[in-house]
Amino acid sequence: MLERLLILSAILFCIGLYGALSRRHVIAVLISVEIMFNAVNIALVAFSRYVQPAAFRATGEVTAVAESTVLAGQSFAVFVIVVAAAEVALGLALVIAMLRTKDSVDVTEASLMRR
Amino acid sequence: MENAFTEVAFWTLSIVTVGGALGVVRTHNMFRAALLLVVSFVGVAGIFALVNAEFLAVVQLLVYAGGVAVLVIFAAMITTNVTEGNRSTGTQPFAVLVSLVLLSALVSAIVQAEWALLPDDMPAPLAAAFVDTPAALGRMLLNEFVLPFEIAGVVLLAAVIGALSLVRER
Repeated sequence: MLERLLILSAILFCIGLYGALSRRHVIAVLISVEIMFNAVNIALVAFSRYVQPAAFRATGEVTAVAESTVLAGQSFAVFVIVVAAAEVALGLALVIAMLRTKDSVDVTEASLMRR
Repeated sequence: MENAFTEVAFWTLSIVTVGGALGVVRTHNMFRAALLLVVSFVGVAGIFALVNAEFLAVVQLLVYAGGVAVLVIFAAMITTNVTEGNRSTGTQPFAVLVSLVLLSALVSAIVQAEWALLPDDMPAPLAAAFVDTPAALGRMLLNEFVLPFEIAGVVLLAAVIGALSLVRER
């Protein structure tokens, strides 16, 4: 099951990468990056569910550390979601700013950082 | 795999997720891409629920399928030329090549790696964390990860202020 989830995550990540590299519309690039974030989250959650915590593997016993880090992958995913949400808000603000200054949403035209 | 239900659910959700994502990167209609993105996000939420991440499944629906989707649809609709705005760059063959090379590298690494899997009959304290994940996750975020948790709040505040200052009329 771990392998399947990781392969699903890899497929999603590569679809997102393809979209981010090949699309011209800046919002299409942004949502491709979102797909990549989701792929990473699937991998983190799968690791959290199926892989032993390092502290448990080292000792073979359920120490306090192992007990408190068994869901570390899921808490990383929470932070990824936070960063992704901030990225979308800022990214779309940049899209609006770009639309105002250049009247275009084509990433190939956005090669200058001024008007 | 535990049983036939999870088997069927996994394959259905995988097909929905990957199909939605493929639709997002292939369609030329930006509005349709944004709607397909929601389909893909809901599929990912289902996968989270399948691997004992109930809290993340709900957050995924609220933040991605809710907030992010609304923002993206809004942005797709105010940008001009919605139906033809999603043309490819000239780097299409290059993008396909890079993605396929990365995919094959990742898959071969995943298949060959020797994972230290959790045993099926987990020791009771570990198994308990997967019975009540939201509670265990909440305790974890406010104990081990309390500093990143606070910093995440500051990051969100900075993002909101940054977004507002970027779109402010001058």
